[in-house]
Amino acid sequence: MTINTFLPLFIWVPIIGFLVSLILPKNNEKLISGVAFTTMSIQLFAAIIYVGDWMLSGANTFQVKEIILFQNEDYIFQIDFLFDKITAVYLLVGALLTFMVTMYSRTYLHREAGYKRFFNTTLFFYLGYSITTLSGNLETLFVGWEILGISSFLLISFYRERYLPVKNAVKVFSIYRIGDVGLILAMWASHHLWGQNITFFQLNNAELVHEHLLQHSFIGVFISSMILLSAAAKSAQLPFSSWLPRAMEGPTPSSAIFYGSLSVHIGAFLLLRTFPFWEYQSSVRILIIALGLLTAFIATGIARVQSSVKSQIAYASIAQIGLIFIEIALGFESLALFHFAGNAFLRTYQLLVSPSVVSYLIREQFYSFEPRAKTIEDSFPKRLQHSIYVLCLKEWNLDTMLYEYFWNPLKWAGNKLNFINGRRLMLFFIPVFALGFYAMKQTHLLPENLQEATPVVFASFGLILVFKSFTQRHSVRLAWILVIMNHCWIALAISFNEKFDQMENVLYLSGIFVAGIIGYLTLQRLFRMEGKITLSRFQGLSESHPKIALVFLLACLGLTGFPITPAFIGEDLIFSHIHEDQFALAAIVSLSFILDGLAVIRIYARVFMGPNSKTHAEFSNRYF
Amino acid sequence: MQEKFDLHHVIHELKHFLPAQAPLMDFVHHNTLHAFQNLPFHEALETAHVKLGYQVYFPLDTFRNLYQTGRISDEIVDRTLTQKKGPEKEIWKGKLLHSQYEALEHARVGALRGQWKKQYNIDLDSLVHPTLFRLLGSYLDQGISIWNFPIDDLSFLEAIRQLETSSWVSIFKQKSTQSLLLNENTRIEDILVLLVGKNESYYEQYLYDQQFAHQGWSGMVSTVEDLPQTLLDKRQIKLEELILLELLLELDALDHKLGEWKPLDQHLTEAIPGLHDPIVKSEQLEVLSLWQEAFEWTYYDQVLKGLQTEGVEHIAPHQKTFQGLFCIDDRECSFRRYLENLDPACATFGTPGFFSVEFFYQPTGGKFYTKLCPAPVTPKYLIKEIGEDKKREKDLHFSKLNHNFYSGWLFSQTLGFWSAAKLFINLFKPSMSPTTASSLRHMDKFSGLQVDFDAMHAEENGLQLGFKIDEMANRVEAQLRSIGLVENFAPILYVVGHGASSVNNPHYAAYDCGACSGRAGSVNARVISQMANKPEVRAILAERGIHIPETSIFVGALHDTTRDEIVFYDDQITSESYKQMHAQHEIVFRKALDLNAKERSRRFESINSKESPASIHEKIRTRSVSIFEPRPELNHATNALAIVGRRELSKGLFLDRRSFLNSFDYRVDPAGDYLFNILKAAAPVCGGINLEYYFSRVDGEKLGAGTKLPHNVMGLFGVANGIDGDLRPGLPAQMTEVHDPVRLLLIVEHFPEVVLKTIQKAAETYEWFINDWVKLVAIHPETRALFVFEHGSFNPYEPLVKSLEVIKNVESVIESNQENFPVYLLNQD
Repeated sequence: MTINTFLPLFIWVPIIGFLVSLILPKNNEKLISGVAFTTMSIQLFAAIIYVGDWMLSGANTFQVKEIILFQNEDYIFQIDFLFDKITAVYLLVGALLTFMVTMYSRTYLHREAGYKRFFNTTLFFYLGYSITTLSGNLETLFVGWEILGISSFLLISFYRERYLPVKNAVKVFSIYRIGDVGLILAMWASHHLWGQNITFFQLNNAELVHEHLLQHSFIGVFISSMILLSAAAKSAQLPFSSWLPRAMEGPTPSSAIFYGSLSVHIGAFLLLRTFPFWEYQSSVRILIIALGLLTAFIATGIARVQSSVKSQIAYASIAQIGLIFIEIALGFESLALFHFAGNAFLRTYQLLVSPSVVSYLIREQFYSFEPRAKTIEDSFPKRLQHSIYVLCLKEWNLDTMLYEYFWNPLKWAGNKLNFINGRRLMLFFIPVFALGFYAMKQTHLLPENLQEATPVVFASFGLILVFKSFTQRHSVRLAWILVIMNHCWIALAISFNEKFDQMENVLYLSGIFVAGIIGYLTLQRLFRMEGKITLSRFQGLSESHPKIALVFLLACLGLTGFPITPAFIGEDLIFSHIHEDQFALAAIVSLSFILDGLAVIRIYARVFMGPNSKTHAEFSNRYF
Repeated sequence: MQEKFDLHHVIHELKHFLPAQAPLMDFVHHNTLHAFQNLPFHEALETAHVKLGYQVYFPLDTFRNLYQTGRISDEIVDRTLTQKKGPEKEIWKGKLLHSQYEALEHARVGALRGQWKKQYNIDLDSLVHPTLFRLLGSYLDQGISIWNFPIDDLSFLEAIRQLETSSWVSIFKQKSTQSLLLNENTRIEDILVLLVGKNESYYEQYLYDQQFAHQGWSGMVSTVEDLPQTLLDKRQIKLEELILLELLLELDALDHKLGEWKPLDQHLTEAIPGLHDPIVKSEQLEVLSLWQEAFEWTYYDQVLKGLQTEGVEHIAPHQKTFQGLFCIDDRECSFRRYLENLDPACATFGTPGFFSVEFFYQPTGGKFYTKLCPAPVTPKYLIKEIGEDKKREKDLHFSKLNHNFYSGWLFSQTLGFWSAAKLFINLFKPSMSPTTASSLRHMDKFSGLQVDFDAMHAEENGLQLGFKIDEMANRVEAQLRSIGLVENFAPILYVVGHGASSVNNPHYAAYDCGACSGRAGSVNARVISQMANKPEVRAILAERGIHIPETSIFVGALHDTTRDEIVFYDDQITSESYKQMHAQHEIVFRKALDLNAKERSRRFESINSKESPASIHEKIRTRSVSIFEPRPELNHATNALAIVGRRELSKGLFLDRRSFLNSFDYRVDPAGDYLFNILKAAAPVCGGINLEYYFSRVDGEKLGAGTKLPHNVMGLFGVANGIDGDLRPGLPAQMTEVHDPVRLLLIVEHFPEVVLKTIQKAAETYEWFINDWVKLVAIHPETRALFVFEHGSFNPYEPLVKSLEVIKNVESVIESNQENFPVYLLNQD
């Protein structure tokens, strides 16, 4: 027995710590922070010893095959771990920073109403971080990735009774969602590329990779692009950069550790991890370098004009991550890791001491004030100077751009569907669905060319429903049912696509249905207590109904394919039945998944978060 | 409702209602609802609530809870109801205890502009605010941004115009809005016509709605407009400019988003209550106001009973070991008690902490002047520090080089690792660092001060350098007479200013001395000591009847209220025997500070108050330099009293650090001349502190700054939540959470008729009392009979409490619990 077998320990410690922290009494601050502190102390201590031992014994890359969650003849979903230099650095930096910030927050959050929630979410986040960084294949990484997304949402909206934190949490979540789907598509394509689910360890086999890519150069580039998309979204590179400063809504220590350091460097991790895969795709490497360089320039410009301390640090950090991307693409792995560690430490500390900036800089200014110190920009021609200034001030429209070109068209499309109300929905979609279901059983009756088109048509029906759900302004229950129906349509569509064991659909839909029904029942209960609730504004009901809020949150997670129900594996499985040439179908299904998540999180946020409609005025004063 | 819209008048009024808090470094406490001070307290609160939507009392449940736990006395509730409701008393008691009320109605402000959302489902705030706040923040920024606003010699609006003409990129989406901006003849009314319509009667309300959607930013702009000197790097900005730009941004957003839309007045089908319409009294608010009265009087009653019964033996004048002058600050209350206990032959006095000397101060190497006196005063004098320019320690974490990708590349890979080490050290062994805002940094202990006027260098920038001899004598005399110290001088008189130390605290100025405009009081303490030590000054004083013997010297000092440390500026002591005496006293001071630290520690969760004073004191010191400690000290929290009178009046009471103490001797001032000066300052200063705590406590979101944990520093002048939030004036929850919102009870030891005449001398002072923003009680100096000031006259008062508990040992009381204590009698022999 080698020390290698202890690797899963680094998952189990945070899992146990997280679960224990959930059952602690809400008011016992000492106990809550004690559990978090103990968890992180064990983790840090074990990590130091483990890494030390690993280095002494030769620092070899190795993988641990853990458990197989699902298997059929051509598909396997398995939890794998991998340990190498990259993991070692991420493990140590993550454990050290989380340990220090836990220590910091023990006192800092004293008497805060969400004391327990803060430590729960922090441990949950750390769990996601550990799974991601220790993962040995894309599927395992995706489990951690999803946890990071949802815990980020919860941390940003920590002050859930306020308007802006909730709004920004939804915004950040939506960008993370883009990253998620990038990853799903990468998994889908790579499944077809390799004909199996490949581990990261196998990627290190250069010959194998090279051989496969020679035959499928297009799909190779597609996979790399999807990976880059995910990494850019998670690491706030262009064009997604504007989410990072907006994530700084929680208590300073959580902003410091997650958005200043750990969370935002996960994109870099993904690139480091998949480097062997795209190492020989020079086009991809050039793309990454260009993106990193552009981000570094633009983000520096924006950082220079920021008049608030946290957004300045956020953009400065983005610029450094741009450089890290370049370093990775150039193959300087060690430099990138070193840079990551330094940047993570620096930004965490800067954010933690950011309130000191007032007394420090005012004193500096008092003694060494120079009216209008010259900066480099003063040497630009005036018109250029002013134009760049305005652009930087407007963050190069990055924030509005996402709205203009992505969300608004979606909303516009959704609004076009306003004619669908509950009754029409039932009248049209249920018979059609039944017909479709019948047709699926009798596929041989359908002409050949129709058979090819059906999956796309049915998946589009599903997409329409989720559009409708996403833009639903009134009925909460309708929005909820629409999401469930979307999943059904997707399942139906895929069933047309390929003959496969219907047990897989059962696996997929069982999770969806259980979550869907639980969610529906909790909404019913809430309606009985609170009267009719609509989605037209934030209702902020979590304060008065904390238990319902929690159950509904779990239902939401289930419905979005979060790794707590079999639907999680089901989603991946569904994708494995989309053929490698069916880009349209893949696009529709993945867009459905993005919107599912958004629609569901939107329902949760609208109903349970934000200013309580009873105690807060409908207009004005929302911006505190 | 006025028909004709008068922009000038409306803006003038609007400015009055907006928050008046200055930038962070000049944080001074004031009555948050100063705009309503012309109304009686409860009426003002109701008005503010209805118009602007502020919470103005504790919630009903909280009051009922206080009643259940005995913190509001049943007897007092009955008496309050008898006084206010007479025969209907029982009905009202039922209402207080059991009635259920609907949630309060929404505020009037916001209703008109809210129609945009109703009619067009458009959220103007989220379309306009981010751009607007960013422009304001960048223009006003005092030193966070590296690349400053590129146009610095123009006013806000002109600068934006210039930016628009000389840039390829516009802040607007529509060309038409841009040209409206560029047209210098565009008036606010012209845009209001487009947005609100031709009906001018809506204009005022629309502007209130708009500005109160971000009262923090508007208040800051309004303050900077009135007091440009409050920013070190000055800016020209007017509220009018902000409004014009905001209206344009709204127009831009509407055009861009909707394309086709009609002005608001064409959509108004139902009447919207006018902002200034008469207010219909609500029963719920009346119930709350009655609870409030009962809550306050439950506490007042004990205090008044205590003042009547306490009897510390008044020893006839005898030789004092030392005398100490302290600030009236409530935080000095317990420190003085310990000094008096440890050395019964000493005497302590309280007076506003600028010690009657008002001036600007310039430390060596400083590029600006700092005002060291109460905020409303504008001094004509300048005091300079003499000494070498000290090197200030730097912290590279705040260097701007971190933020560029090229220099940041190097920084993150070098400094970054040092950050981890530093954070680790800071967590396990906190210590002073360049980031700490320390009271000692205000003035170097070993430097000198230019106090004397020198005819060769008479003036600088319109300020007189130093004081002339007769100016000094006037100030020393005023100081001594106002506190009644005119004879029986001790060999050493300590003048103790105070300041605070904290780290990671943007509100650091609020912790310092309010009478010194949010700075430490060390310079003032030294200046008045040097003046009083001058033989020439003493000669003049002797002519005026105050004989300070040659054997008495004044020594300045600084008490750090966070760390409970004291620094003596003892360069004035030269003779050996005085040095020995001083050394003795220093021991007393240090012991008292240990005990004081212990008393303070009972409110801190992380410190076990049962430990020895010395070890607790060590923890208190560590606390002040811990970056992870959001409560370095509790500042003025729990303040509720101000006692103006001789020390003997309250020496036998345990007041739990809740009282401002201003020394005053009615025998020295029979006509109330000095009393007038004291009240003129005490009402706004103590009352202002008290009411700011009151309102930040009862409405932490709109009147207070909320929890400080997510705060983000904007431009060095304010804090906001996150990056797109409104500025948050007021006090953070961490400062106010243990505060009981009760009005200040001001007790004056003098004959009621003299007090009455005194408060009527100045209308602005009288307003505080006649409108009940501060409760006033006169205590008869000979009989100790009590008189409450109500409706313009003093009426006799009999406390309901029968007797107060006597305690022998303060320490065991302190160790008992964290909550507010009732009033106890002390040292009753």
